[in-house]
Amino acid sequence: MKKHILSIIVENNAGVLARVSSLFGRRGYNIDSLTVSETHNPGTSNITLTVTGDDAILEQIIKQLEKLLEVISVKHLSDNSALSRELLLIKIRIDTATRAELREISQIYEASIVDLAPTSMMIELTGTTQKIDAFLLNLQSYPILEMCRTGVTALERDSAVK
Amino acid sequence: MQKNGSEIIMEVLLEQGVDTIFGYPGGAVLNIYDALYSYGDRIRHILTAHEQGASHAADGYARATGRTGVVLATSGPGATNLVTGLATAFMDSIPVVAITGNVSTDLLGKDSFQEVFITGITMPITKHNFVVRDVTKLADTLRFAFEIANSGRPGPVLVDIPKDVSAALCDYEPKVPLKKEKTAHVDEEQLKAIADLLNHSKRPVMLYGGGVVASNASASVMQLIKKAKIPSCHTIMGTGVLPYGDPYNLGIIGMHGSVSSSKAVQQADVLLAVGARFSDRVATNAGKFAKDAEIIHIDIDPAEINKNVPIHYSLIGDVKEVFEKLLPMIDERQDESWLEEIRSFRSENEYRPDENCKELKPHRIIRDIYNIFGKDIVMATDVGQHQMWAAQYSRAEEPRNFLTSGGLGTMGYGYGAAIGAACGRPGTKVVHITGDGSFHMNLNELCTSVSNNLPITTVLFNNKALGMVYQWQKSFYNGRFSYTKSNRKTDFVLLAEAFGARGVRCENHEELRAALKEAADYDGPTVIECILSCEERVLPMIPAGLTADEIILE
Repeated sequence: MKKHILSIIVENNAGVLARVSSLFGRRGYNIDSLTVSETHNPGTSNITLTVTGDDAILEQIIKQLEKLLEVISVKHLSDNSALSRELLLIKIRIDTATRAELREISQIYEASIVDLAPTSMMIELTGTTQKIDAFLLNLQSYPILEMCRTGVTALERDSAVK
Repeated sequence: MQKNGSEIIMEVLLEQGVDTIFGYPGGAVLNIYDALYSYGDRIRHILTAHEQGASHAADGYARATGRTGVVLATSGPGATNLVTGLATAFMDSIPVVAITGNVSTDLLGKDSFQEVFITGITMPITKHNFVVRDVTKLADTLRFAFEIANSGRPGPVLVDIPKDVSAALCDYEPKVPLKKEKTAHVDEEQLKAIADLLNHSKRPVMLYGGGVVASNASASVMQLIKKAKIPSCHTIMGTGVLPYGDPYNLGIIGMHGSVSSSKAVQQADVLLAVGARFSDRVATNAGKFAKDAEIIHIDIDPAEINKNVPIHYSLIGDVKEVFEKLLPMIDERQDESWLEEIRSFRSENEYRPDENCKELKPHRIIRDIYNIFGKDIVMATDVGQHQMWAAQYSRAEEPRNFLTSGGLGTMGYGYGAAIGAACGRPGTKVVHITGDGSFHMNLNELCTSVSNNLPITTVLFNNKALGMVYQWQKSFYNGRFSYTKSNRKTDFVLLAEAFGARGVRCENHEELRAALKEAADYDGPTVIECILSCEERVLPMIPAGLTADEIILE
C-alpha cells in the first residue's frame, strides 16, 4: 500500500471540509494527513491530503471527490513531479548536556531553535515527511514534552522531468 | 417585482414545472404554507400522515413520471423524518428536491426549539444540500437544486430555509430553466473498440439497470438487443425496460435472479453492463462475476467504473446518447446459436414454482393482479419476500411501472411511493404490494389515499412473519427464529375500514380474483389481505458471497 498526495481545489464555502472528510469516513478511506489553506484566489481553498491505499482505492477516492459539487479539481501528485513540505514544532526537556547535543542535531538537519527556556527548547523543522521522520528518529532518546506536525502541503513543479 | 421568500419558493416551483408537492406543515414552514394557501390553484399540496410518507411519495412521483419529486417539511423532527426517504432516493438515483424550514438565522446553532443541523445530517445521503441564509440567493439556489437533482446521475437535493429567509422581501425575476445538459463528448476510440468487441463476440450478454430508465433509453437499448441478438438480464431497477416474456429478457439477475440470467452471465464472453452498478445483490461474488467475460460498462457516473468489479472497456455518458452512437456501429447478428442455447437452457432448467395447489401462492397472486388490472398499472412494492416475488413475476411492459427500493431496501417505502405514483399519473391504477411487516411501518398513509381518493389497491402478503429474515434464519441460522414471528393480531380488514378504505381478506385464488375485480372497478383505496404460509421461500437464491454454481432451487 502506497502513500499518495492529493491536492484538491475546493470552493471556499462553509461545510466543504466536512463534505470531503465525510466522504472519506463513509467510504472507509484512511486520511494520513490533511491541510487546508487559502489560495491566491479568495473564492477557493486548497486541501492537501495524504492517503494510503492501492491503485484501485486511489482511483475511487479521486472519482468520488470529483463528484462533490464544491470540488473544482483533484490532482494526484507523484513524488517526482511535486514538491511537498511539512512543518514540525517540537518541545524537548533539556539539561546542560543535552542542550548542546540537540543543537548539533538541529544543525545537521538545518532545523531552527525557535525558543529556549532554562529547562526546555523548541525546535522548528521544515522539510519532506521523510526528512522530518528521520529527524524525529534522532530525537527518540530525548524527553519530548510536546510536538505537532502540520501535515503535508504540496505543489506540482513545472520543471519536473517526466 | 418584490416578493417574500415563500412566494419566491412558489414561483421557482412553477418555473420548474412543479404542480404537485408532498409535505407536512409546522412552525418553521408557516410562511411557506401561507404562500401555498395563495398558490393552491397552481400547486397541489398532498398532506401525508408523516413526513417519511411524503418523502417516499415525492420519490414515487419522480420514478413514475420522470419529473422531479418535491417534498416540504418543517425543521427538527419534520426534517429528520425525511432522512430515510432521501437515503432511499439517493441509493436509487432518483431526482427529489426536499425543502425544509429551519429556525430563524439568529437562532441557528443555539439548540433552538425544533432545530437540527439537517444539512449535516443529510450530507452523505444527498447529491448536495444548501442552507439559504440570504433571501437574495433563494431563487437561484432553488433553481440550482433542481438542476443538480436532474443532471448527470440524478439524486436528491435538500434546501434548508430559515424562517426569517422565507419571510424576507426581495426582488424576484422569473427565469426559464436551462435545457438539461447532456454528455459533452463520447470517447470515439472506446466506442469503436466496444462495437468491435460486441460484433466479434460469440456469447454476449447484456445487463441493464436503473440508468436505462433514468435516461429514458429503453427504446434504443431494446433496438440494440434485437439487432445484436443479445440475451439480456437486468437489475431490479431495470424492470420493465424489456417486457416480461420478451424472448431476449432472461429476467432479473443476482441473489433472487433467474437461473438463466446467472448462467448466461457466467458463460458470457462479453458482458455489456448498462446503467447498472454491480451491487452485492447483483454480483453476489464480485471476484467471480462474469469471470470469463470481457466487461463493458456504460454509465453516466465515472466513479462506478471499476468500483465493484474490474472493467475492461468503459464509456461515460448518458445511456441514450451513447446507444444512439453505438447502434449504427453494431452488426446485425445472423448466428443465433448462442441465443438458441440460452433459450433451450431456459426452457429446460429455469426455476418454475408449483402450479398445482389450492392455497394462495405468491407467483399466482402477482399473475392474478396483472390478469385483472391489465399490464399498464404502476406496481409499487415494499421490501422483503413480497418485493422479490413481485420483481420476479412482474409483467411490467414499460419502465416507470415498477417502483421499488432497490438499493436501500426500505421497508415502508411502498405506500408512500404508491401515493406519489397515483398523484403523478392520474388515470393509472396503482397496485401496492406489501407484507405484514412492511405495511405495519407506514400504514398510517392509508388516510392520505382516503382523503385524496387515490386508486391504490394494496395487496398484502400476510404470512404473520417477517418472511425474508425468517427465510434466512431457516436457511442459515438453524431455524432459530429470533423475533420474526410477531404474534400480532392486527385485523387488516377492520384497519382499512377504520381509515375509510375498503378491506377484504382472501384465502384462495377465487376470493382473490373477486376482490381484485372489485378493487379494479373502485376509484378509491382498497386493502386486500392474502393469507400465506410463512414457510414459502423466495427461490431461486444465491447466498451472499457465492456464485451461480451454488444456486438454491428447492
